[in-house]
Amino acid sequence: MPPQLKRLIPLFAIFIFLFLAARSFLVPKSFGEQGHYRFNSIAENKEKAMIYAGKEACDDCHSDRIQEMETDLHKGISCETCHGPGSAHIANPDSIKPMIPKGRDFCGMCHSLNPSRSKLVHQVDLKEHNVTENCIECHNPHLPCQMKK
Amino acid sequence: MEQNFQHLYDMLSQVQGFIYPNELDLQWGLLIVLYPYITGLVAGAFILASLERVFNVKVLGPTYQLALLTALAFLLVATMPLVSHLGHPERFYEILMTPHSTSAMAIFGFVYLWYLMVVLLLEIWFDYRQDIVIWSKETKGFKGRIYKILTLGVTDLSPSTIKWDDKIGYFITVVGIPSAFMLHGYVGFIFGSIKANPWWSTVLMPVIFLFSAMVSGIALVLFIYMAVSFFRKQKIDMPALDSIAKFLFYILVIDFTMEGLDQIHRIYEAEESFEILFLLVHGPLFLTLFVFQIFLGTVVPLISLGTLQLYKPSEKIRKIIYLSCSLLVLFGIFFMRWNVVIGGQLFSKSFYGFTGYKLHLLGSEGFLFSIIWVIIPFFILAFLLWLLPPWKKVGQHENN
Repeated sequence: MPPQLKRLIPLFAIFIFLFLAARSFLVPKSFGEQGHYRFNSIAENKEKAMIYAGKEACDDCHSDRIQEMETDLHKGISCETCHGPGSAHIANPDSIKPMIPKGRDFCGMCHSLNPSRSKLVHQVDLKEHNVTENCIECHNPHLPCQMKK
Repeated sequence: MEQNFQHLYDMLSQVQGFIYPNELDLQWGLLIVLYPYITGLVAGAFILASLERVFNVKVLGPTYQLALLTALAFLLVATMPLVSHLGHPERFYEILMTPHSTSAMAIFGFVYLWYLMVVLLLEIWFDYRQDIVIWSKETKGFKGRIYKILTLGVTDLSPSTIKWDDKIGYFITVVGIPSAFMLHGYVGFIFGSIKANPWWSTVLMPVIFLFSAMVSGIALVLFIYMAVSFFRKQKIDMPALDSIAKFLFYILVIDFTMEGLDQIHRIYEAEESFEILFLLVHGPLFLTLFVFQIFLGTVVPLISLGTLQLYKPSEKIRKIIYLSCSLLVLFGIFFMRWNVVIGGQLFSKSFYGFTGYKLHLLGSEGFLFSIIWVIIPFFILAFLLWLLPPWKKVGQHENN
């Protein structure tokens, strides 16, 4: 065998060995157990604490508000859609209060003028419509068909 | 939030007709245009080198090592546009750690490694081994130490060992040709296999990419050979330059014909996507396709180089024409990649509308950042030419 190959073959063998060694360290242990993914990721995701409580949990204390909402266009929208995750508030109702969004941009996330948005959602041009005031100064977010002013 | 709305309104102002919401922003920008472009330059430069080694086109001798070193310089950065396009570039190695047989991108990682480690590095090492050993004995200091490491401890310069260098080098070049075809054929495959996109989905795509790669690689070596000779104040080997230009012309003819065939097939088939593609090439792609790619990048070099096959003006005029043609071809092939990558994302898959693409100057997908990946290979090449100057070589491989 020529001397070049005597040197190159072990070098390539070392390279392949290093690759395999790196692979054994870098590939997560549960990879490939049930498919081409890290199987433990399912258990890890399950272990995460729930931060959303669900509409039923809100109903325990705020049933009047939920029943009121059922009479208007925002029925079917979960409380946490606007007020954010509620688990912490349910655990400590007095010390942790849910978010109360007030800005124009927040309402605009669903109601700003967007040609690709469904016509079923009422749309407003935020650059034109009462630009100095927040939406909730006139509109009741729980009963959007009723005007405050 | 305000910024997002601003971006949304800016983008919506560029939309024509109906598009789906996820088609508003282009996911693949300039970096993904550069990826097939740089990979193509590598494959083309290597194939030009193999013409001399395997197909015994001896007149190309002066450009053999230059073509190999150019291929290596560009190959070293070929994956960088892809990696820097990732949201998490530090995770790039994961695709190699857990490859899946259905992932073309994962297979590319191995084709790339094969091409780099087994083909290019080994071919250059075997070609230069005799010189590296001599230089390691003659050169002192830092450069001398690099040569000593590069010998890998094999300092035997007996005639039989040198003959082995030649034989193995030849064998690697033979293996390298299908490897180069695979490397760039794969890049075409990545686009050609996306059946949901009628602008990309054609079985001719790997072949078109391959020939355009050869065209751009040959043009690059032509340009670099002229530039290196100019900086070294050396006389250009005109027979070599004429031959490179002749091969550039031949491959350009095949490339143009292949692309023409693809378009004729598309026009004759006139599938349901034809109308939107017709509007695409006559609208958003008009300048980059008809003017940049076809007219400036193909027709002008074809006519110029074709004329030179029949009529030979003075050396000075030929040099100016070759230089202009190589730059025009490089320009045209860049826009060929642009038209494929950007063009394929401009029209809606509903076939009823277009979105727009605005190239930004700054940012991770911007012009300034992307251009770095085009400039760096030239610095790598300058380093390689300093370390392994082809003009100082002692050992020349024999005819095989």
